[in-house]
Amino acid sequence: MKKYCILLIVILMTFNNCKEIDCCVNPPFINLKFTHNWDGVPLTNLDFNKLKFTTENGEKVSIERLRYLISNINLTGFKNYILVNVGENSGTEISILDVKDGIYDLTFRFGLSNEENIDGKYQFLNSVNFDVPTMLGGGYHFMQFDGKYINDNNQKTGFNYHTIRAVDKTDPADLKFEDTSFEINLGKVLIKGNTEIEVKVNIAEWFKNPNLWNLNELDTNLMGNFEAQKMMSANGKSVFSLGEVQ
Amino acid sequence: MKTKSIFLLSFLLLMHCASKEEEIYTPIPYNLEIPTLFANKLIAPIIPTNNPLTEEGVALGKKLFFDKTLSGDNSQSCATCHNPKKAFTDETRFSDGIDGNFGTRNSMPLFNLAWNFDEKFTWNGKEFSLEKQAFEPVSNPIEMHSNWKKVAEKLQGDATYPDLFLRAFGTSTIDSVLVTKAIAQFERTLISANSKFDKFLLGKATLTPEEENGFNVFMDEAKGDCFHCHGSNNNPLWTDNKFHNNGLDATFTDLGLGEVTGDPNDNGKFKSPSIRNLKFTAPYMHDGRFTTLDEVINHYSEGLQRSSTIDPLMKRINEGGVNLSTKDKADLKAFLLSLSDEEFVNNASINK
Repeated sequence: MKKYCILLIVILMTFNNCKEIDCCVNPPFINLKFTHNWDGVPLTNLDFNKLKFTTENGEKVSIERLRYLISNINLTGFKNYILVNVGENSGTEISILDVKDGIYDLTFRFGLSNEENIDGKYQFLNSVNFDVPTMLGGGYHFMQFDGKYINDNNQKTGFNYHTIRAVDKTDPADLKFEDTSFEINLGKVLIKGNTEIEVKVNIAEWFKNPNLWNLNELDTNLMGNFEAQKMMSANGKSVFSLGEVQ
Repeated sequence: MKTKSIFLLSFLLLMHCASKEEEIYTPIPYNLEIPTLFANKLIAPIIPTNNPLTEEGVALGKKLFFDKTLSGDNSQSCATCHNPKKAFTDETRFSDGIDGNFGTRNSMPLFNLAWNFDEKFTWNGKEFSLEKQAFEPVSNPIEMHSNWKKVAEKLQGDATYPDLFLRAFGTSTIDSVLVTKAIAQFERTLISANSKFDKFLLGKATLTPEEENGFNVFMDEAKGDCFHCHGSNNNPLWTDNKFHNNGLDATFTDLGLGEVTGDPNDNGKFKSPSIRNLKFTAPYMHDGRFTTLDEVINHYSEGLQRSSTIDPLMKRINEGGVNLSTKDKADLKAFLLSLSDEEFVNNASINK
């Protein structure tokens, strides 16, 4: 009898232990990591404020502020957005939980689609001053990219490469819009347990492909420039690519 | 036997008192009334978990804020340089301390501080958290010129403070940490959100055509382009709480943020203040160099100075700035003044 009792206790303890182990195992997660480069040369906020980059058009530039909005990452399974602030090194890594193993198309949107770009709706974006004036249709910036460049007169001058929904304000009483946010499809990724996915962001692409960007012609006041917004949107499509998946 | 009984009785009595104190003096949570616009537009304010707002803590903080005991010669309180009638700043370019010495920066107005999401306070951001900021003026030799040990002793010897600290923090032993915690609690209750422009956004007031045009100048990237640093109708703080070089000087005598970070790229950068309550907060800028709003507007319009760290948002530097028309300048001023909150500066509950 005593032997059976000991056996029963051992069995109960074993089951109990199993249960405890199950409860405490961390669920698998995906770490989505945005890394930045200038034509392959890694770039962080330590590289800010230095005239160390050259655009395809030949202008020497520095970066002083760089933050952009990513929305609808398909792996998260719900409507979402994140603000990547390179200058403050925030939002550059996102942990996504509860993604089952498998092969996925990794997609997300640069900016907010017209349907989601609703003036004043997002408290976090309001709090960090990311909104767009009502006179330009409201909603939010997609990117604030500020810095300096050496202009044709050999003077250091500022640029504000800000992207928003394109607005034609020929008639201020009847603004016309074009959605310049765009979906990015980085292709198939294999998710197996904890996985880190690198998203490479080549800043130099904003200035070259398909529109060769001349900062001397387009450096500031771009928010209300309908054609410039469409050009920036086109250039943005080659900025993001898939890096290492491990 | 008799002595032992008395000792035992005294011990039990003391124990009873101690437990009763704890029972009685549980602070009441303070209900911070968040204005509608803030609740609708902004994320939650920053209230540290180790210093929650309580009725007793806020009341104690208010009393301390107005108490001259905190200064070396009992002649100045926090309110001396942060006058409620002036939106918690003062009217002088530099405030004088108890010994008649002057600092080099203008006293900052105090309101909506719980919505400083980065928690970097003062013109150069050297203080992280309101609690830490409150340590500075008491011991600063050109401000209140005291020391915290002496201040704690004076408060401890006061007839009322030990009991107020007991009620607020569960202990009657006063130290600098609890004093600054209480002051920070009071400061988080200083909320300004009742200007004419706030009422306009809530549909309770109408703007004049001048104020309306001034708001458009403020928001227009090709004109004032003020909103990138100073907020908008969707950010009722009217500041980004960040640090910028707004083109005041070609060379710097005050390094601003650069003094704190040691990074030359931060030289000449100062916190962008809220543009609320400008009616009460003259003179302007970190060093109070401008006595009128007209001078401020003229600076951005024609007075920008080029330097290596000037913010890229400052435009047309070769021409001194964006060259606003006379009408746009006047209208911009009218809009700025529509952010004046008379109810805030006349609010008896945050005054002495």
